[in-house]
Amino acid sequence: MTLLVLCDHDRGVVPDSVFEALTFAKSIADETNTSIQAVLIGQGSEEAVESVLSFGVKTVIVALHDSLTDYGPEIWGETLAQMVDSTSAKIVTACGTDRGNEVLAHVAARLNMPFLANCRSVRIESETCLATRIQWGGSLLEDVKSDSEIQIFSVEHHSITPEPLDPSGNGTVVEFSPELDQLFERTIVVDRVVRTHGITLTTAPVVVGGGRGVGSAEGFQSLEELAEEIGGVVGCSRAVTNNGWRPHSDQVGQTGTRIAPEIYIASGISGAIQHWVGAMAAKNILAINTDPEANMVVKAGYAVLGDLHEVIPAITEEIRNRRSK
Amino acid sequence: MKILVCVKRVPAPGARINVTDDGLEVDATHLGFTTSPHEECAVEEAVQLAETHGGEVTAITLGPEAAEEQLRYAASVGVQNLILLPMDEPDWDPQKTADALTKAIREIETSEGVFDLILFGNESADAGGFQVGIRVSHQLERPIVNGIKNIEISDDEIEAQREIDGGFEVYKLKMPAALGVKEGINLPRYPTMKGRLASKKAELKSLQFPAENGGQQRSRLHRPEEQVSETVILGKGPEAAPAIVDLLEELGVLQ
Repeated sequence: MTLLVLCDHDRGVVPDSVFEALTFAKSIADETNTSIQAVLIGQGSEEAVESVLSFGVKTVIVALHDSLTDYGPEIWGETLAQMVDSTSAKIVTACGTDRGNEVLAHVAARLNMPFLANCRSVRIESETCLATRIQWGGSLLEDVKSDSEIQIFSVEHHSITPEPLDPSGNGTVVEFSPELDQLFERTIVVDRVVRTHGITLTTAPVVVGGGRGVGSAEGFQSLEELAEEIGGVVGCSRAVTNNGWRPHSDQVGQTGTRIAPEIYIASGISGAIQHWVGAMAAKNILAINTDPEANMVVKAGYAVLGDLHEVIPAITEEIRNRRSK
Repeated sequence: MKILVCVKRVPAPGARINVTDDGLEVDATHLGFTTSPHEECAVEEAVQLAETHGGEVTAITLGPEAAEEQLRYAASVGVQNLILLPMDEPDWDPQKTADALTKAIREIETSEGVFDLILFGNESADAGGFQVGIRVSHQLERPIVNGIKNIEISDDEIEAQREIDGGFEVYKLKMPAALGVKEGINLPRYPTMKGRLASKKAELKSLQFPAENGGQQRSRLHRPEEQVSETVILGKGPEAAPAIVDLLEELGVLQ
């Protein structure tokens, strides 16, 4: 029996989320006695194949076609759905990223099967899947049962640490040629706009976050200074973007970006669940708040009680002082 | 230009979400309700597009009778037509939801013409299934791209941008088309007093379609186990700075 894992590379670059999905798939494959086949689609697969193989995958299927140029949700979904048919796969998975969830939803729509997005645990017994998936961005869990011939689910991003599957094994690459109508080219990426080079909210080792307590757009100046000093970036809560103090692209939370830095410095943020679920994957959280009862303070590993407008500049100064010595 | 926007009524939780005794629903006893955030922005986007390019906006929701509140809210910020697909049970599964919505859209389009653009929220705030818009669009054989944070329309072409790490991807779709939008595409307006009054009188159509159950069934909702972590207080006020910098050095983030 076959388990397909979509490895959603971006023009040949394989993100860490793919290795999370492969690691999760390994435990399912062991329990169900199925074999993992990693799926790469379109141009860039040649570059991506090496990193997938070196993670210890035994079989990689590479789908190639003249129409498979850049990423496109419909054409990737169609390709993967055809691969499910031709391999008689019973399980299809990916990491629950924007692309992972999007492509799997297209596959499920085409095969008319259920799709369980963002699962934390999955148990499969013949045609029944018992899964626990997140709701409310992770504030709530749903135990769900799905009866279907083919099980399609995504793995919650950041819920598992990648562990190479079988570093000893030499994997093989199989080519797959889907039959694709030109029509599906209609949703392929036509261009890209680069906004920032270098580190971003999702890659920064340190995120300096500000909430309502910052008080104004200008109030973020000291957070910017600290972030720059430390090699991090500034994030914010939903209250901040709703007030127009920061662009939405800086928002950390359920409807913004989910971050996983080494440390998240959350200043003047009360910690509503909307925000918390976007920050909870941070390895360490330091809350700076005047209110010792604030949700963020209670949930954080570290806290400083005080006014962020005094504390943040003091941190920057302390770092500069130590560096000048 | 005819635009349809699909919205969902969801509870508006605070710091904690409770579950009913049977574990099948969010306990909304002490909660208000709102339009799911991505969809609130979809409504605003639809209204702005109609203001710029002319045309009318229809809002549709599948929900309890009380979801009339979210439709009226949409009317108060400029939506003309309201359609409620009433359902009795808590939350239909995504396949059933998509089935009912597809049937409704087909029926409406048969009598009133095709929607040039259908907007969905990227995912609902509560169930977060990430699929209803895609299933509906697939059945209607229309293109759809999710995660959209900017829309420009010229003639019959849509240029849509999706935020990725450090930038945007650009998509170009011919109408009729569908898009899943994300919060941040705009800052939704507040209803005016005039809008509120008009929304009370707006006509609301109720349609019902038999829909097939999908393959997934909810067993129960529960809260994740709280990670009980004792918060280490590093100090009070700016005097805590040395302790904070010690921590940053310990974590190896000071390069």
